[in-house]
Amino acid sequence: MRNSSRFLLFVVVGVTVIALLPCHAHYRQQASLRPMNRPPEELTELQLTDLCLVTEARHTRHPSLADRHAPFQEHPLALEFFPSGSFILPPSPHDSP
Amino acid sequence: MIRTGERQRNILEFALSSLHRRRGRNLSLLAMYVLIIFVLASLLFFVSALKREAALVLHDAPDLIVQRMIAGRQELIPVEYGAEIASIRGVAEVRSRLWGYYFDSWNGANYTVIAHNSPTGTEGGAAIGSGVARSRKVKVGEMFPLRTPGTEPLLLEVKTIFPDSSDLRAADLIIISTADFSRLFNFPVGKVTDLAVTVTNVRELPTVAAKIASLHPDSRPILKSEIQRTYQSIFDWRGGMTLLILLSAVLSFIIFAWDRATGLSAEERKEIGILKSIGWETSDVLLLKFWEGCAISLPAFLLGVILAYGHVFFLSAPLFSQALKGWSILYPRFQLVPVVDISQLLVLFFLTVIPYTTATIIPSWRTATIDPDAAMRS
Repeated sequence: MRNSSRFLLFVVVGVTVIALLPCHAHYRQQASLRPMNRPPEELTELQLTDLCLVTEARHTRHPSLADRHAPFQEHPLALEFFPSGSFILPPSPHDSP
Repeated sequence: MIRTGERQRNILEFALSSLHRRRGRNLSLLAMYVLIIFVLASLLFFVSALKREAALVLHDAPDLIVQRMIAGRQELIPVEYGAEIASIRGVAEVRSRLWGYYFDSWNGANYTVIAHNSPTGTEGGAAIGSGVARSRKVKVGEMFPLRTPGTEPLLLEVKTIFPDSSDLRAADLIIISTADFSRLFNFPVGKVTDLAVTVTNVRELPTVAAKIASLHPDSRPILKSEIQRTYQSIFDWRGGMTLLILLSAVLSFIIFAWDRATGLSAEERKEIGILKSIGWETSDVLLLKFWEGCAISLPAFLLGVILAYGHVFFLSAPLFSQALKGWSILYPRFQLVPVVDISQLLVLFFLTVIPYTTATIIPSWRTATIDPDAAMRS
């Protein structure tokens, strides 16, 4: 087989695999909605507000319920020192109702 | 048509053999290119999947949460506030929520403790996240103690462990009864952590929030839309994590493409000069360079995207999880549900493959338009 044929075959296979990724994603999304894969009812009843991504600090565990100044509340002139604080931004300023 | 196709294949064949002659350099180029695409595509997949998870979690969130602020800190809110808020027109229900954090001095982990009088949250029982079960090494039916402000620890029996698939919601959760919650934290009577408000008409939410703020100026109403906005900003491209990785990858790519665009090696110039002297047209040389660029950038894009998909959705993004973990002792083991946004992949294609291919053609065009003799001697 010529090198160009090998290259074109590789490209065709690669493009086919990438074209199949949305199908796989759709299948997995449908599977996650099946009753056996849904979160337990006890959890949905809790009306949770945040993803459990980071547990080291309260303002990164529950960013939606924290203030912009929450990372600096340890003492006057305190600086944010949690590593995840550099990745998870504070919430945007809330509209005053 | 067939002749054109055959000509293109012959030039591609020549381009591949030309790349093969400098295989050490070109393989290292390909590896670096794959790495950059891999990082960018992993970030796209990771952020899209987390956005979907956040949207699912927030679907169940209360319409409005009312906190109380004193001296810039969140404080416990009196239950009477709930009764007064319930009397506002348009409010359907006000639920008092009791929740807080427990620092486990035994292993340094932080847990989120929630009071909920469900069948498993009976007195002395607890429903826990799988992260808590792992860090405390407990199974269903076993007992585990939690330190209280008094002398007696609170002994809880594990009634339920939430499955690993719920880790993104509940890895650090401990759900106990209201009585146990009060004992655990010596919680003051008549106070709650915050209030969850449900309204009859969501369009009235800003009005209800304004009424609550005027009724209790020390209160802080948080709308569901604000929570959604917070998560949009976290996973936005300008968000801390996204921006950091995006900038590093884009800068690497710019350096990489710049290296190609600034000029050809003496060997490459000599090769172009020889091709021109044996009768190749400038357009043929440009076509050759186009195929050389494609032979590097197309496989790099295909491999980078496919590897990124596997990294995020089959291996749970170990590269990013290390960054997110920080000092957390307890970290969720999550298997993200795949989300593929074709438009984002197309943008990635046009921002990486096209600039690289162009950067390969431009210096070759400059060399191909000069005299072959000068090109060979330069």
